[in-house]
Amino acid sequence: MQSTDSSFENLRKDFPILKRTVRDNKKLVYLDNASTTQKPNQVIDSITDYYQNHNANIHRAVYALAEEATEAYEATRDKIANFINIQDRQEIIFVRGTTEAINLVAYAWGRPHIKEGDIIVTTEYEHHSNIVPWQLLTQEKKAKLEYIGVNDDGELILDDLDKILATGKVKLVTFSLMSNVLGTITDAKKIIEKCKAAGVLTLIDGAQAVPHMKVDLETLGCDFFAFSGHKMLGPTGIGVLWVRKSILETMIPFHGGGDMIREVHKYETTWNDLPYKFEAGTPNIADVVGFGAAIDYLTKIGMDNVREHEIELTTYAIEKLSKVKGLHIYGTKDISKRGGVISFNFADVHPHDVAQIIDGEGIAIRSGHHCAQVLMERLNVAATSRASFYIYNTKEEIDVLVNSLNIVAKVFKL
Amino acid sequence: MTGTADIYHEMIIDYSRNPINFGEIKDHDVTFHDSNPLCGDSIDIDMKIDDDKVTDIKFHGNGCAICMACTSVLTEITKGKTLDEVRKIDKKDILGELGLEHLQAVRIKCALLSLKVVKSALYTYMGEHLDDSQDVDKLKEEAANLY
Repeated sequence: MQSTDSSFENLRKDFPILKRTVRDNKKLVYLDNASTTQKPNQVIDSITDYYQNHNANIHRAVYALAEEATEAYEATRDKIANFINIQDRQEIIFVRGTTEAINLVAYAWGRPHIKEGDIIVTTEYEHHSNIVPWQLLTQEKKAKLEYIGVNDDGELILDDLDKILATGKVKLVTFSLMSNVLGTITDAKKIIEKCKAAGVLTLIDGAQAVPHMKVDLETLGCDFFAFSGHKMLGPTGIGVLWVRKSILETMIPFHGGGDMIREVHKYETTWNDLPYKFEAGTPNIADVVGFGAAIDYLTKIGMDNVREHEIELTTYAIEKLSKVKGLHIYGTKDISKRGGVISFNFADVHPHDVAQIIDGEGIAIRSGHHCAQVLMERLNVAATSRASFYIYNTKEEIDVLVNSLNIVAKVFKL
Repeated sequence: MTGTADIYHEMIIDYSRNPINFGEIKDHDVTFHDSNPLCGDSIDIDMKIDDDKVTDIKFHGNGCAICMACTSVLTEITKGKTLDEVRKIDKKDILGELGLEHLQAVRIKCALLSLKVVKSALYTYMGEHLDDSQDVDKLKEEAANLY
């Protein structure tokens, strides 16, 4: 597929929701993709097809349906392995989403490995899902949580990492590959290099990055990686945790129950092979199948094309929004260092009021702290407005957003 | 559902731009803070209480236009009232005053955060000054079930 404006416009017909109107018969302009993306027919149909034709529990029964369901479920694991370049499919664990993935690591790796006085390092631009699980763990273990700071351009201050690593007490460094507020793309290579030299493990929250750019785990060289299906055209309630096998083998089970066991006796149990040891209970089979369809869809477009399209949109949006008097954009303006996420504040108008007024024009943006209150404190703001783009967004939609700000200015007499 | 134009009328914008009773009371008899976890509206209310009457009330904090306007109106309503009268202030009194009766659910919390703070301040004060703890529990329950 050619990465031109028109070829991406063509994709819009695959997304039934984009045809609807909202509020006062206004065309929907959906710009909250960092929160969740819309779903193409290919994904919706795959879930319907699964329930209509193949529904059964997996990994157990011998009949035809069970075999088909198991095959469809496991096929997605292979698609994921190809999509982000993982050699060993046993390292891929299905979870509800990035939040559950990180909690799984904090519990199943953190509990046996973290001791009093150890340090876990996160960053000031993390989502709450990459802060709170580590607070819980470090509080329980009397360990310490330290932060890599964020500079005024919205980039991580890697000197902070050097200082913390120098203590010799760091066990894990965990960071987002792309900030969900600033869009900053983290220099993961450099962080991992430093951590490897210090013998420290790394966890990457890929929830914002995997949907928007080519990610190659083999090249990255991290130890844990998490992302969610619903931010990349897939259904809600399904995500992935990848863990390097040598580490996975040292982890305790997260949930006990069916499917994760080999033999259960009255007082002791032996565990199933990887990855099933970490997939207790009947999983979210239909949504795993839908996730597979989403990966097929993105693979067909090509992740380099996705990134290129978003660079084009983001460049255009920053240029247009910068011209709006009184509008402040957070983060770097160097497009090579940021994804399609733009957080802004408009004069002294509260982001909730901005979002509500432009909702009247059919525009869906997010307002609030974006589950990143530590970053809000660092930026010294209570909240921001955030527009975030995906494959189906157009320059015309950005024009609608920019024009709608005139209404905000009028209401608030700016 | 109320349309955008109905919500952002002159009075809301004026109150949000020039809030009434904005500030702090250094020698307050009671103060309370609360915030909306989802949107970050954050309000502190200080009250001066003499002879079971709210003789002065001020607020500070950060919130959207709806939150700031409703807090302004609430402080006006509260000032001069007896504690018993403050107890009886209802959400309809605030929403009605600003024509926000049909505000969408997600914004109701912006509108009523300050009422929750006033009621919480009241039970804090009564807890410190009243013997009848049943009364305080009832107030706590009222404050918790506002939305």
